[in-house]
Amino acid sequence: MKTKINKKTMKKYGPIYLMALPGLLYLFINNYMPLPGLVLAFKKYNVKKGIFGSDWAGLSNFKYLFATKDAFIITRNTICYNVAFILINVILAVAVAIILSELNSRLKKFYQSAILLPHLISAVIISYLVFAFLSTENGFVNNSILKPLGVEGISWYTEKKYWPFILIFVNAWKRIGYDCIIYLATILGFDKGYYEAAAIDGATKWQQITKITIPMLKPTIIMMVLMAVGRIFYSDFGLFYQVPQNSGALYSVTNTIDTYVYRGLLELGDISMSAAAGLYQSVVGFILILSANLLVRKLDKESALF
Amino acid sequence: MKTREDRRFQIFGNIVMMAAALTAIIPMILLLVSSLTDNDTLIRNGYSFFPEKWSLSAYQYIFQGNNSAIHAYGISILLTATGTVLSLILTTTLAYALSKKNLPGRGILTFLVVFTMLFNGGLVPTYMNYTNTFGLKNTFFGLLIPNLLMNAFNVLLVKSYFVTSVPEEIMEAANMDGASEFQMFYQIALPLSKPIIATVGLFVGIAYWNDWQNGYIYLTRRTDLYSIQNLLNRMIQNIQFLSQSAGSSGEASIGLSMIPTVSVRMAMAVVGILPIIIIYPFVQNSFVKGITLGGVKG
Repeated sequence: MKTKINKKTMKKYGPIYLMALPGLLYLFINNYMPLPGLVLAFKKYNVKKGIFGSDWAGLSNFKYLFATKDAFIITRNTICYNVAFILINVILAVAVAIILSELNSRLKKFYQSAILLPHLISAVIISYLVFAFLSTENGFVNNSILKPLGVEGISWYTEKKYWPFILIFVNAWKRIGYDCIIYLATILGFDKGYYEAAAIDGATKWQQITKITIPMLKPTIIMMVLMAVGRIFYSDFGLFYQVPQNSGALYSVTNTIDTYVYRGLLELGDISMSAAAGLYQSVVGFILILSANLLVRKLDKESALF
Repeated sequence: MKTREDRRFQIFGNIVMMAAALTAIIPMILLLVSSLTDNDTLIRNGYSFFPEKWSLSAYQYIFQGNNSAIHAYGISILLTATGTVLSLILTTTLAYALSKKNLPGRGILTFLVVFTMLFNGGLVPTYMNYTNTFGLKNTFFGLLIPNLLMNAFNVLLVKSYFVTSVPEEIMEAANMDGASEFQMFYQIALPLSKPIIATVGLFVGIAYWNDWQNGYIYLTRRTDLYSIQNLLNRMIQNIQFLSQSAGSSGEASIGLSMIPTVSVRMAMAVVGILPIIIIYPFVQNSFVKGITLGGVKG
């Protein structure tokens, strides 16, 4: 009897499982097969012996990692930059979305298209754009802004103090068009009746924005911030690696967990340390994403990842 | 009084948005102008919006024929086309299966997909897996397969579209008429979901076109497989390397002769963004819709 049911379900659902197979196979190869390799963080990697044949190192990779200044620097940079990105992007994206929603200009479409465009450009080309402005010899800033002012050109790619601002600016430049779409879509969904009623009562535009739009936008802002906080342990590799041109003089302000893991693995050959930093990121990142999602789910089930 | 306040707001809003829009596109204009600037002028006066002398020679150099730029461009086109098609096949079939409410084990399958968004092995194990187990290093597959081929986010996006936009009655009717599951997918679900497929195809296509990491990580010797992004990346690295090692003396000229002139590099970067700029006006709406559908999860 049981086999009969199984045969029947197989006949009905077999083709569906078959259709799911290629996609699942890819996830298996790309996301699940690498997981056992995480043990590398507890091993002294030896190329000849392979991942699983290498000698155990216990926690020594982690002890060594956290004994260096690097662990502190990469954690600090990853978190501080993300916090700055979240704050600045929320403020600017919400402001832009509110202005766009209130504007009745023929240029509205142009504004929207222009601010979204940077989102579609690769990190390599962004690094070209930044280089055109900041190159020491030919850069626009040194040649066309500072020189006419009689100010000595700045060697941008070796001066640390400017980079937090440059990176925050480039990130905002790239990201605001995207975030603003989500806020704008939410605002456009609001009931126009509130605004009409407020206008009849003599509310100014500013009052309408602060008393209606922003309070009603709050849930979306909270969701966006929570989701970003969930990813606070991850950084945009292209931004931190390409835009500063991998300049060694800038590492203390541009090195994040992602760039550290990359350099350890492929530039310095320090695979065990790289694996330890990678596992540190995976585990803390997992806890943060999970917590953020549980919180989001409590507030609004639709917005959560699971 | 109300209209005066409104008018003031409109003026203020337009000024702010114009400033934002210009900030967004001015760097690209600088890039474009530099690519059209005479190379000697560029080196003498630096990058400028109003060059003394214009020149098309950078583009002539690129399009005159057999050089690495055209080759890399071909690789990028091949990669983007293959990647997008394969990705759409994997994404839609898996999404279709997950959209079947009664499918036994659906919860487990969905969990397996969602979990990949929460936990990630990271670069080291992924690299080891692809190089040691699959030998993807220095092959075209190294560009195509790691990380980009399919992602859980797109699968869930398409799945929820199937659930909300493909009426169950139609599927049931087709089932009654003896349509196979694959026919129902191909002839009913897909045509009804064209908007989301266009959007996901767009996301994936742009990701492939812009990707430089796979080539950077997996192509160590086969520079002939470089995409346009990898080529651009390599060129700017060489320049950094030369300017750092040669110091301020003029000794860099020997090395510099081996890499393209500044204006040629800028022209290559322009050619690298060009496909995106060309399709942008046509796909913008579909792109925006995708971002809205993904909502805060994106």
